[in-house]
Amino acid sequence: MRIPFISLSLIAALVALAVPTWAFEVEEHRRFGAEDARTLRILSTTDTELLAPMIDSFLELHPGVAIDYTSATSAEVMKAIMAEEHQFDLALSSAMDLQIKLANDGYTRTHHSDAVDLIPLWASWRNHVFAFSQEPASIVISPAAFAGLEIPRSRQQLISLLRKHPDRFRGRIGTYDVATSGLGYLFATQDARTSESYWRLMEIMGGLKIKLYCCSGDMIESVARGDIAVAYNVLGSYARARKDLATRIEIIEPEDYTNMMLRTAVILQTAEHPKLAGAFIDHLLRAAWDSPELPEYPFHRYPIAELAQNAPFRPIHLGPGLLVFLDHLKRKRFLAEWHSTVQQN
Amino acid sequence: MSDALQTSGSLRRRLTLQLVGSAAFLAMLLFFVVLAFARDVAQQTHDSILLASATSIMDSVSVQADEVTVDIPYAALSMLGNVSDDRVFYRIAMRGQVLTGYQDLPSTSQSVRSGHSAFDTLVYKGDSIRMVTSSRRLSLNGAPADIIISVAQTREGQATQLAQLARSALQLGLGFFLVATVLAFWTAQSSIRPLKQLTEAMSRRGPKDLRPVRRPVPSEMVPLVQSLNQFIARLRVSLSRSEDFIAEAAHRVRTPLATVRAQAEITLLRVDKPENRASLREMIRAIDESSRAAGQLLDHAMVTFRTDSLEREAIDLGDLTRELVDRLHPIAELKDIALTFDGSPLPEISGDQILIQNAVRNILDNAIKYSPYESAIQVSTRQVSHTVLIQVEDEAGGFADMDTDALTQRFIRGKNAAGTIGSGLGLTIAREVVEAHGGALIIETSGSGAGACVSLSFPLA
Ligand SMILES: Nc1ncnc2c1ncn2[C@@H]1O[C@H](COP(=O)(O)OP(=O)(O)OP(=O)(O)O)[C@@H](O)[C@H]1O
Ligand SMILES: [Mg+2]
Repeated sequence: MRIPFISLSLIAALVALAVPTWAFEVEEHRRFGAEDARTLRILSTTDTELLAPMIDSFLELHPGVAIDYTSATSAEVMKAIMAEEHQFDLALSSAMDLQIKLANDGYTRTHHSDAVDLIPLWASWRNHVFAFSQEPASIVISPAAFAGLEIPRSRQQLISLLRKHPDRFRGRIGTYDVATSGLGYLFATQDARTSESYWRLMEIMGGLKIKLYCCSGDMIESVARGDIAVAYNVLGSYARARKDLATRIEIIEPEDYTNMMLRTAVILQTAEHPKLAGAFIDHLLRAAWDSPELPEYPFHRYPIAELAQNAPFRPIHLGPGLLVFLDHLKRKRFLAEWHSTVQQN
Repeated sequence: MSDALQTSGSLRRRLTLQLVGSAAFLAMLLFFVVLAFARDVAQQTHDSILLASATSIMDSVSVQADEVTVDIPYAALSMLGNVSDDRVFYRIAMRGQVLTGYQDLPSTSQSVRSGHSAFDTLVYKGDSIRMVTSSRRLSLNGAPADIIISVAQTREGQATQLAQLARSALQLGLGFFLVATVLAFWTAQSSIRPLKQLTEAMSRRGPKDLRPVRRPVPSEMVPLVQSLNQFIARLRVSLSRSEDFIAEAAHRVRTPLATVRAQAEITLLRVDKPENRASLREMIRAIDESSRAAGQLLDHAMVTFRTDSLEREAIDLGDLTRELVDRLHPIAELKDIALTFDGSPLPEISGDQILIQNAVRNILDNAIKYSPYESAIQVSTRQVSHTVLIQVEDEAGGFADMDTDALTQRFIRGKNAAGTIGSGLGLTIAREVVEAHGGALIIETSGSGAGACVSLSFPLA
């Protein structure tokens, strides 16, 4: 699959030299700003559409600068950086574990600024990895499917509801396929770490023939269409962003606990414009943590004060602990356990 | 006497320098000891966390269905993240094969037995790391298999912690040094104090105070004070001996001379031959000269000695002068000289009675000696502002064109002294005495112009 892509790109490069060649799968590539300007190259897992307003406001503040924005999946982002065949200044990723690995293995640079001093301690690591969003692992349900039932507010309630009405939900539950989705794996491992009720939930969902998805978007659409009634561990920020589906879905942030994924930015060791990259990070950090709230900031802002120890919102800890789940033995074990729990016959 | 002594440094400075020097040395020692200790503690703390991490990984190792599985606990690495933001590396190997983790993590140079661990400081990915290596022997398919777990962390956190500790240790050392320096100055000052006190007590003493030192002194100063006391005792003995000597010498010279003179006078009465009489007279005159010279010399010696350390007592100069005038009346009468005294009541001055008597007698002596027959000498005493004056006015023709300054030098006599017996010491004695009392000898022409007016002026206390 990769080889044809490369050869295709090579052909494309030969045909039009302006098109760059990629050794990894690119979702979208867009350029903001003038052609001949100083170019900040960003590799990101965030949809271009979502971040475009932030990029525009950054360019307004920095005339004479252009941004080259490439989006890809977190695994491809990792591959591109580790291979170091391409020069990027910044990597923005929702895969917290991979970002930590990049920083831990020496692919990133340190960054210090006023904006960095502004963010909570847990929102950065080593002054290499900086969080610029908090996005909850939510449960998205179809209100129609729950007609006559009380909407569950916690995993406990969801479990007892599923137990009570197995026929109603059989084959109508979805979650990430943790084997293929990095984010799904991150949410699942954090769930497993946080609470025993996760395994119980998975067991019940597995018994109800759970459907596995690659991405949040698919799950949200599936719920909106009424294909499934419940999607577990959906990225809340994407569900919120789908304003068009607002009437057909309901987003639940479980009250027992809600894991918060932190979208992070790192400046790469290979950066050509590390100062400019730092400025872009500062721009993101100010939007995420500083007041006033900017209209172009695409994510919901959760108040920092609520993030106390036993508050339901639990930001996933940035730190070497995340490396544990990247260990391939650990991953193998976890996936084996997960599959045996979820895929019962 | 007042020559500046050569100094060989200052005791206080030497003491201070030595104390400050040792304080600096101790402060430095303190700094390095604290730093070494802190480094040790920091290292041990770091090591124990690394070991805890490796142990928790080791505990997750198990053999299932003849296969080794490792389930690294989340806490194993996250606990390292709680200590510092340092990078974390690990490796799990068995039978020389890496099961998981960082393949290229350097290996320990130590041999680690099963159930034991070793610590190394190494360099990995360009950073200094601290690494623990733990080993455990498993039984796999009936054969032993050593599983080796290494957990490493970079040492930036430790370095910043150490830098902080070094700063604290430096502050501690500096503080210690400052306090010790202040104490050093104080110690030096207080050790020197008894010496200073002794010095002050000694210099406050009067010139005739030859009592031994009796005040208590620190034991180190006892030998010095003892020697000083012995020296004072020797000085006292030798002083009294030379006083005795002067009195003795005067007595020994004058008495035989008086005898010789008496014999010569008797002989003069017996001889008739004019040439014999002339030579006898010559002889008597020579004896007089000798006697006078001996007397004046001894007086001068006595004056020199006594002015060296003046013994002061309250003296009424009026009484003193009147007494002397009375005593010299007979001699003045031999020359039909009218010797008169005129003195109003005077405040007392403080001085050496014997010396002042000697000075006044010499002035009166001169007046009588150099005055012609049937002349007048007026002696008066009075107070002029802050001085008391003793004035002797005669009609002896005065000092005319003689150099009065020179005449007050030893053995200098005037032109008019040709026929008179004298040694040229009288005015010297008078001047030295007056000056020893802080006063002055004033030689002027008398009011009538017929003679001299010699004044001794003494300051009032
Ligand atoms: N009242 C005086 N009138 C005139 N000349 C004087 C008078 N007193 C002193 N002199 C002169 O000053 C000289 C020094 O006097 P001084 O008393 O020192 O010595 P002296 O009288 O000669 O000897 P002596 O030591 O025996 O007194 C005398 O030789 C004399 O020439
Ligand atoms: Mg004389």
